[in-house]
Amino acid sequence: MSAASPVIERGTATSRIAGVAVAVIIALLAFAPQFLSAGAVDRMTALFIYVILAAMWNALAGFGGLVSVGQQVFFGLGAYFAIRLADAGLNPFLALFASGIIVGAVSWPLSLIMLRLRNGEFAIGMWVIAALTHLLVNLDRLVQGETGTSLISLNVYDASARRLTIYWLALASMTALLAILFGLLRGSTGAAIRAIRDNEDAAASVGVRVTGTKRLLFVLAAFGIGIAGALWLATSITFQPKTYFNVQWTAYMIFMVLVGGIGTFEGAILGAVVFFLIETWFGGAGVWYLVGLGATAVLFSLFLPRGLWGTIEERFGLRLLPVGYRVRLATDVVDPAGNDTQPQHTTTDRETA
Amino acid sequence: MSNQIIQGVLLGGYYALIACGLSFMFSVMRIINLAHGSLAVLSAYALWWLASRFHIPPFAGLLIVLPLMAVIGWALQRFLLERSARGGALLPILTTFGLAIVIDNMLFEQFGADTRSLAPFIGSLSYDSWEWPGSIYVGKLAVIMFFAAVVLLGGLQLFLSRTGLGRAIRATSEDPDTAGLVGVDARRANAVAAAIALVTVGLAGAFLGMRATFDPYAGTPQLLFAFEAAVIGGAGSLWGTLIGGIVLALAQTLGAQVHPQGFLIGGHAVFLIVLFVRLSMAGLSLRSLFNPPSRSAS
Repeated sequence: MSAASPVIERGTATSRIAGVAVAVIIALLAFAPQFLSAGAVDRMTALFIYVILAAMWNALAGFGGLVSVGQQVFFGLGAYFAIRLADAGLNPFLALFASGIIVGAVSWPLSLIMLRLRNGEFAIGMWVIAALTHLLVNLDRLVQGETGTSLISLNVYDASARRLTIYWLALASMTALLAILFGLLRGSTGAAIRAIRDNEDAAASVGVRVTGTKRLLFVLAAFGIGIAGALWLATSITFQPKTYFNVQWTAYMIFMVLVGGIGTFEGAILGAVVFFLIETWFGGAGVWYLVGLGATAVLFSLFLPRGLWGTIEERFGLRLLPVGYRVRLATDVVDPAGNDTQPQHTTTDRETA
Repeated sequence: MSNQIIQGVLLGGYYALIACGLSFMFSVMRIINLAHGSLAVLSAYALWWLASRFHIPPFAGLLIVLPLMAVIGWALQRFLLERSARGGALLPILTTFGLAIVIDNMLFEQFGADTRSLAPFIGSLSYDSWEWPGSIYVGKLAVIMFFAAVVLLGGLQLFLSRTGLGRAIRATSEDPDTAGLVGVDARRANAVAAAIALVTVGLAGAFLGMRATFDPYAGTPQLLFAFEAAVIGGAGSLWGTLIGGIVLALAQTLGAQVHPQGFLIGGHAVFLIVLFVRLSMAGLSLRSLFNPPSRSAS
């Protein structure tokens, strides 16, 4: 090992290209409806919502170390508050975002209790919260129990204009939420978040505000998933509590993040795209499709716990949207064999924030 | 009113039955098995299938199903939990959740959406009752269930405190590495514990099928009930689970009196209240919340 000082870098040539590519892709997506059929626009809207769900669940589990099986509570509440606000006379499109903010606000007091639970207790405790909230929403006269209701006020808009508006709103929400998360992870909070992810006790011992940081992620995830629920309501119009408070939403989030790569920013997006493709191709297979999703999630967590992106990253040292720093020894750069076989080495190489 | 209280207490026996496997597994392996409820429903379906297809009455069917559940528990620990536990505390949650989805949907694929019950196969037991003083009628099945819970909890307690294997399991749950140093085979102890836990799950599934109806997706509420009963009762020993089950059942019975939808709401609400009170009293430390029964058995 020579005495050459290590090079600390954040962006690489690839990541700079990737940054430009992201901007180009978003611009292309914004113009895409010109060339897409109505059905394709709806599907793309669904994809954006999946990306939001995956990114938000990943923020909570992958970065905050909080695995929740009850995130459908925020999805359902996002839709429910949108219905309520629209019923009170608010413009339905405004109601979607106001609803997200309310969900975020509701999640804060909830976090005071729930974040004191650990691991499995937190996971299943959130599930209880989701089940209880579902029952309480059912009591609302407006919702009429499991019969549900609709976002009727959206009907004043012409169908195609409505479709396009929702598409752009979903795209904008996805971009904004991903940008917020990216900014958060790159900033000083990001260092704290990764420290907690890697070792909570050690992070606390060096003065990282563990609970505050987790609370931030919890509220952000609630806000994002609330928006996703409201957007989903806008695309499907009808609100049936059973559909929105279904645990399958969390199952989807877990699947996307596990397959894509838990704890990596790009992984959640990749996972959402993979899930979207699988759903497009196999969604018609009904029950077997769900069995396949569950089984894939089990297999990934057993044999490829870092997911597709985590594995690619490790193998090729590839970083498209870097949220951390990496340290390279200037003279000792090329040692692929050592890099590949020693996970510990790659960890220090990966993200030293 | 006293009638409702008695019914509630007896229903608590069922919750204790389903909760004891969950809290036992958590106390030994520090894993909350999210497939717990689905496995109970699987056992109910197995009994239903044996009864309707081969005319084996459910109580005899248990002789087949319970050993099978033990094998499933052993395999679950060896092939799934052991491997995923190595990846940290979060992976087992994801693995068992994935397993629950697989089981639920496989059951749906096999048996369809119809609700089933084991009640038609146990003859008059499903509706027979004894008259207690004060013209209170208690279902024979409910009483059997309650005593099964008491016997099971007592048996587990004795097993953990009096037998070598029980002591090995307790040692492993305290500190697997140190237990290994003094010659305890931690892998074996864990696998045995998982097998025992799943036997209790199988028994709970049998009673679920006898006292009510079930469908392929009935696992989720069972898991939540089990978790709630275990957390509510977490203060003392395995017996705490019984108290937790009774409290949960009483809250549900009371809730049902207040509002037609109140059964489930009452249960969830009492769980959250207990959780809140416990958290405010415990300060920041939460180690004692989901209490390991093995500790108190020593």
